[in-house]
Amino acid sequence: MSDDTALSKPVDLEVASAPVVEPDPAPSVFELDDLHVSYGDFLAVKGVDLDIRKHEITAFIGPSGCGKTTVLRCFNRMNDLIPTARVEGSLRYHGVDLYAPGVDAVEVRRRIGMVFQKPNPFPKSIYDNIAFGPRIAGVKAGLDDVVEEALRRAALWDEVKDRLKSSAMGMSGGQQQRLCIARAIATNPEVVLMDEPCSALDPIATARIEDLMQELKHDYTIIIVTHNMQQASRVSDRTAFFVTEVNDESDTRTGLLVEYDLTEKIFSNPSDERTENYVTGRFG
Amino acid sequence: MALTTPRITTEIVTAESLGKKADVRGAVFKAVLQIALFLTILILAVLIYQMVTGGWSVLSTRLGDFLTSPTSALPQRAGIAQALKGTFWLGIIVVLVAFPIGIGAGIYLEEYDHNGRLINFVDINIRNLAGVPSVVYGILGLAVFAKFLSGFTGGNTIIAGGLTLAVLVMPIVIITTMEAVRAVPDAIREGGFGVGATRWEIIRHFVLPYAAPGIITGTILSLARAIGEAAPLLLVGAIAKPGGNPGLFDLSQLRESFTAMPVLITDWSAEAKEGFVASTAAAIVVMLIIVLIANGSAIMLRNRYENKRNG
Amino acid sequence: MAATLTPLTIEDFRGDPRRTRRNTQMKLLFSAMAMLSIVISALIVLSLAGEAWNFITNVDPSSLLADGWYPRFGDYGITTLFVGSLLVGIIAMAVAAPIGLAVAIYLSEYAKPRVRKWLKPTMEILAGIPSVVLGFFALSYISPEFVQKVFGDANQSNLLAAGLAVGILTIPLIASVSEDAMSAVPGALREASYGMGARKITTVRQVVLPAAVSGLVAAMILGVSRAIGETMVVTIAAGGAGGAAFTTNPLDPGLTMTAAMATQARGTDAVAVAGDGGNLVFPSLFFVGLLLFLFTLVLNVVAGRFVRRVREAY
Repeated sequence: MSDDTALSKPVDLEVASAPVVEPDPAPSVFELDDLHVSYGDFLAVKGVDLDIRKHEITAFIGPSGCGKTTVLRCFNRMNDLIPTARVEGSLRYHGVDLYAPGVDAVEVRRRIGMVFQKPNPFPKSIYDNIAFGPRIAGVKAGLDDVVEEALRRAALWDEVKDRLKSSAMGMSGGQQQRLCIARAIATNPEVVLMDEPCSALDPIATARIEDLMQELKHDYTIIIVTHNMQQASRVSDRTAFFVTEVNDESDTRTGLLVEYDLTEKIFSNPSDERTENYVTGRFG
Repeated sequence: MALTTPRITTEIVTAESLGKKADVRGAVFKAVLQIALFLTILILAVLIYQMVTGGWSVLSTRLGDFLTSPTSALPQRAGIAQALKGTFWLGIIVVLVAFPIGIGAGIYLEEYDHNGRLINFVDINIRNLAGVPSVVYGILGLAVFAKFLSGFTGGNTIIAGGLTLAVLVMPIVIITTMEAVRAVPDAIREGGFGVGATRWEIIRHFVLPYAAPGIITGTILSLARAIGEAAPLLLVGAIAKPGGNPGLFDLSQLRESFTAMPVLITDWSAEAKEGFVASTAAAIVVMLIIVLIANGSAIMLRNRYENKRNG
Repeated sequence: MAATLTPLTIEDFRGDPRRTRRNTQMKLLFSAMAMLSIVISALIVLSLAGEAWNFITNVDPSSLLADGWYPRFGDYGITTLFVGSLLVGIIAMAVAAPIGLAVAIYLSEYAKPRVRKWLKPTMEILAGIPSVVLGFFALSYISPEFVQKVFGDANQSNLLAAGLAVGILTIPLIASVSEDAMSAVPGALREASYGMGARKITTVRQVVLPAAVSGLVAAMILGVSRAIGETMVVTIAAGGAGGAAFTTNPLDPGLTMTAAMATQARGTDAVAVAGDGGNLVFPSLFFVGLLLFLFTLVLNVVAGRFVRRVREAY
């Protein structure tokens, strides 16, 4: 956890850093600078530099074990939950270093929501699932509206509006995942992180969620980890491609970012040979 | 350490498929097992039968008197009122002392520092404590609660006895709490953290409700264990014939000499006279009913919640 | 699409101080409770060690070799207690090990779900019976109806009846730990065996039991620990109220380490007297207690190692 105050100043306007000509560059919500993540002695990911743009869907792709999820969980400080985890380099959100002392991880997670790989609704009613986040954040009045709005935005309202008090555990997998999306957006975050949100779902449920993501990006910034390349090319605006590199001394693998660009470019004309090999299916 | 490789060979299998010999062996084996099972149940049945018939003369003719009278040198007048009262107050103290501390410790060990090094040390400690004979806890109670802290407890009193029993069952409460908390799926915690909850909020809103049935079952079982213990109480100075027969809620008696059901049973067992055999059996029946209700409700509670969770 | 970003500073990420404070308070509270267990452990060892040391340093060594345990007369023949505990332990395990294991095998491999439903609770009820009940049962039933009928010259108070009752007490413990160990054996192993055409008895004997052996060993060790640690059954059923003579005959009355401690206490005068002058009755309690504590500690640590082996194997 370094303190990069010398280098950056709060960014509040557009950043023109993309190599390819884009019509209307969106401002950077996140800026990662030389990010390393280790678990104890094991270096899981090294040297990640990238910016996440507002109202875009950014996809992290790459073979398994390359650190995509590890990097994703840095954005909302979920790696804090692992006692041996250590983050070095800088990760700035609206210019604020999220790993600076004095930053409350709980507050970070209120602003940056997360949807997990396997749907994990709370063993409570549908209503209470959604209301939980706002309630503990201090919202006392107007919860009914918050819940309804979240469910509408998650395209779930019509299906459950008559049974809000019934248990969330009684829903299908696809419904549960949309519930988890509604739960994540109920705290009014700016960013929603999604860790392989469709990998436990059938194709139809997957398609619904992919459509949902396109709707959601109008109001939120989305970062999605996926091992499904086609999904990344369908859904995302920008794609980051990761691989693993073997460390000769320790015989471990460390993840690193190979290429980060507009999705169109990554899949049609990537700059790096490794990217090309991956997206054309030659490996991975 | 490798798994033991099964010693099935083609010879054995062929022999089985061909011969009828293996069939007989299998049947005999199963019969032996069933005999062992039957024997166990039989022993239990005989025990209960013996106690009920042994105490029947007392239970059927003077039950009310038996339950409300103090001890006496005369078997036909002796009752278990003081012992019941003692057991009651011991139970209260155990609940008030062992349960909060034990549950709190269990939550800490599983939630806050799962797999930390200090925690592993404490964990091993607690598991060892759970295996220490109850009489050793009696020594602890004697030395610490009855003597060292006699200013607070009043010496050989129910308070000292209750604290001793509380210390005895605390490791069990801790272990069952830890197991109940461990059973809470991590995915729920992740979901909680994901929407910006603190660790305490997750414990309060998710972990505790989910683990509650397991925790409650464990506490009821440990309470049942505590009220059945005699050895620690004997060492702390429980006596079989305390003076007087105060009311159940007469708190002044908490700092006087005391007795409890298991202690009374122990002492009456030693009274060779015929009359006390019946009284002892009758007291045992009462004790068994109490313990049965406690254990039974814990088991039923656990079954109900296991079914609800899985069904 | 918005082209501007709201400026944020670190102040926006301070978090709600009330929630943070409550979180920290609860963590401290819970950790204090956990630390209490260490305090209790230390207290046990300290309270035992002090007076035990008093005993060891002040006792006349020849009295430790006395032919019996009669503390009020200054005889501290510790071997009497060791042998007593050993006898009771052996008799108890002779009963509990085969029966407990058999019940466990039946429950794990043979019992239909309907049978399991009432069988497991029955075992749990047996486990919940207070030891004083079994002590009285031993004295009033096992001894006259079995021991004295078979061995006419036995005293009504004898170690054999006590040992049998301790064995009955230990059956549920061995059964439940063994059953857990066998349930942990993956179904895949059994299926592989049946798939080859092996019959049930072969599968159980050649596949399941060997695979569960660590857990079974743990069960036996825990059973021994329980049997050795049992107090009230022996106190009530094996006599030895004022002390006991050295004996290797289970038909005689006798004392175990645990019962010696309990019988000492039954006369209120003995416990009330603090180790004054040459009277080592009180400290002798602590000496025996310390021995017991160490012995069961070793047993439980060893058993724990075996339990962990089972967990790691699967």
